[in-house]
Amino acid sequence: MTYKVHVRVVPRAGLLDPQGQAVEHALHALGFGAAGEVRIGRAIEMQVSAASAEAARAEVRRMCDKLLANPVTEDYQLEIEG
Amino acid sequence: MSLRVAVVRFPGSNCDFDTLHCAQRAGTDAYFVWHRDSSLQGADLVLLPGGFSYGDYLRSGAIARFSPIMPAVQAHAAAGGPVLGICNGFQILCEAGLLPGALMRNSRLTFVSRPVWLRVEQAETAFTSAYAAGAVVRMPVAHGDGRFAAAPDTLRQLEAEKRVVVRYVAPDGSPARGDDNPNGSLNDIAGICNAQGNVVGLMPHPDRAADPALGNTDGMGFFSSMLRWAAVPAGGR
Repeated sequence: MTYKVHVRVVPRAGLLDPQGQAVEHALHALGFGAAGEVRIGRAIEMQVSAASAEAARAEVRRMCDKLLANPVTEDYQLEIEG
Repeated sequence: MSLRVAVVRFPGSNCDFDTLHCAQRAGTDAYFVWHRDSSLQGADLVLLPGGFSYGDYLRSGAIARFSPIMPAVQAHAAAGGPVLGICNGFQILCEAGLLPGALMRNSRLTFVSRPVWLRVEQAETAFTSAYAAGAVVRMPVAHGDGRFAAAPDTLRQLEAEKRVVVRYVAPDGSPARGDDNPNGSLNDIAGICNAQGNVVGLMPHPDRAADPALGNTDGMGFFSSMLRWAAVPAGGR
């Protein structure tokens, strides 16, 4: 089976995220005062061949731990389609 | 016997020639090693130069750390061999887990390219012994991702074990104020070493301040220190 996997990598809570801050300021300047706690990370999509959704999830976790996220500064979340 | 110094080139390294030049000027037998090689060719010391390896894709240094040459760098470091990472080289060493912490986007989001002032806090490494402890020196930074970050415990440990090698300071050597710290690094940290002291990384560029033609030789100590290291018998290091 091939699974489509979405990975979201975000800066760890508590760490300064200057990009998030800058965008939050811009949103406020545009009148979107409702926005707060803006954090900016990255989204990664991929197709993963695996025997099951669980196997795909485990494999992508290994990818995140080894390369896709920095364990010192980032957290990640996975979503598997289908 | 001349001192063998390997300068590792990654795709996107752009301070490789400067670093080689400085190491040779210091009197070492410095040579290039390509990132796809698997041998350091008998290096006594290893230098990872600055640049933008793999275009800084994903995170600075994140892909370079898996280069074929890196197992040899890891083995060299594990055996106590000195390794210096400058700028992108520092980022690679952090990504590889050879140094703790990470280099994040500068706090003001801009690429910073200008001289800064540093205090040499740890003058007992293979790359800083030519300096007097506490010496204040000037050299350029040129980076977008130079904000040193680490967990609070790691930060405390680095300070307690005197592993902050260079720290951003004001021109008179007093604690950094305002823009003296160019990137928002925690504790004004510009460079650190590992627990054994043989792996050193810093964001500023000694390689851009080590030739009289450039009007500043404050960085030369990082290269001349290597000869002092070599002069000490292995048991006394």
